[in-house]
Amino acid sequence: MILAHYNYWVVVLLMMIGLYTVMAHGNLVKKLLGLSMFQTSVFLMFISLGKIEGGTAPILAGEGAVYSNPLPHVLILTAIVVGVATTAVGLALVVRIHEAYHTIEEHEAVKQEQRESGQA
Amino acid sequence: MRALQQEHVVLRVIAKMLVPMILLFALYVQFHGDYGPGGGFQAGVIFASGIILYALVFGLSAARQVLPPPVVRRLAPLGVLLYAGVGVFSLLSDRAFLDYSAIDPEHPSHGQHLGILLVELGVGITVASVMLMLFYSFAGRGRR
Amino acid sequence: MSALAFDALNVFLLACLVVTGLAIARLRGLFAVAMLSGIYSLLSASVFVLLDAVDVAFTEAAVGAGMTTVLFLATFGLTRSREHAAPHQKRVPALLVAVACGGVLLVALSDMPPFGAADTPVQTDPITERYVETTHEEVGIPNMVTTLLASYRGFDTLGEVVVVFTAGIAVLMLLGRCSRERAEDES
Repeated sequence: MILAHYNYWVVVLLMMIGLYTVMAHGNLVKKLLGLSMFQTSVFLMFISLGKIEGGTAPILAGEGAVYSNPLPHVLILTAIVVGVATTAVGLALVVRIHEAYHTIEEHEAVKQEQRESGQA
Repeated sequence: MRALQQEHVVLRVIAKMLVPMILLFALYVQFHGDYGPGGGFQAGVIFASGIILYALVFGLSAARQVLPPPVVRRLAPLGVLLYAGVGVFSLLSDRAFLDYSAIDPEHPSHGQHLGILLVELGVGITVASVMLMLFYSFAGRGRR
Repeated sequence: MSALAFDALNVFLLACLVVTGLAIARLRGLFAVAMLSGIYSLLSASVFVLLDAVDVAFTEAAVGAGMTTVLFLATFGLTRSREHAAPHQKRVPALLVAVACGGVLLVALSDMPPFGAADTPVQTDPITERYVETTHEEVGIPNMVTTLLASYRGFDTLGEVVVVFTAGIAVLMLLGRCSRERAEDES
């Protein structure tokens, strides 16, 4: 049945979109967005692995309750905040690259670099 | 930014009402994390976004007067130190690192409660101040 | 919630997520892309609620809608907000690599246990049982995620907090004003 693996299919699709965006686009901000999309697909995979059918959120609810696995939640919770912090470092690098080359496109920056080394 | 301050009365009035509520909600999320969804990571981000909303509507310099960047820079390591300090405290009382039962050896679960509260507070302080630090760095770059 | 309603919501939200992802990859106006990434975060937060990860959803909503969008907009303010067309020769190899990676993973998917099953290695591992069964006696805090985060895996979380702190320092070093400029300002 398709539904049994539907979540994992979506994970793989998002991962492919993210990977393509990182590799095909020269714009540095777009690359970072692709990277964070890739990251979200991994988050989604972990959370999907922890889900039990008919389970509830892992907050104690009395006898006989079935909880989804809290361990992936803990790992992903911290990963999200670390993810935004590292994205900020990436964006800071983009800002500095823009100050040095006046462009945020990879190929234009590379071209400038080649021109300068050709003159020297 | 200046045009925003003079023209958008609705925005300013609503923001003035919203900011204290966002900050209060952040504190609720911080200290109610033991019982419902929430905790230091969420509370830190929400607290920072409350201040960021204030900065977006009333200008960066107004926000810098509320929470000056030097204070924010000192708060960030303080949270990490609070977290690690709880661990060192339990080390000094002959337990494993970050074993909160050391805080109250007679009632281990009380010790656990208190330890988790302190540790989450450390997380919240660090996350909130780092997020504000990021915002101040990015927003302050453009105005020289 | 009935199983049918759950499946329908799950399928719908994940389909929206994929469509938003495609739009982010296609659009050239970066302002629109930043807004779409906010929507993307909100959609994934809804999916996390559906999959019982309320704490994760909370974090994703706060971070995705609040912080990330503001950071991207601040970056556009400092740089530019329109993407130039990339050279075409990169697209085909990139597509090939992405499809190849995805294909390998899709083949591997057939070995995964079905979604939501209770007898997967993740759910039957002794450590899960240890965490879920004994938190009530050992710690007594209702929210298991908080207990795990701060107590059982406290060392792990300390590391994460240090990483966040380090990232903050790194941005400060990259974008903060260097000491020479500050000295010029003061003199």
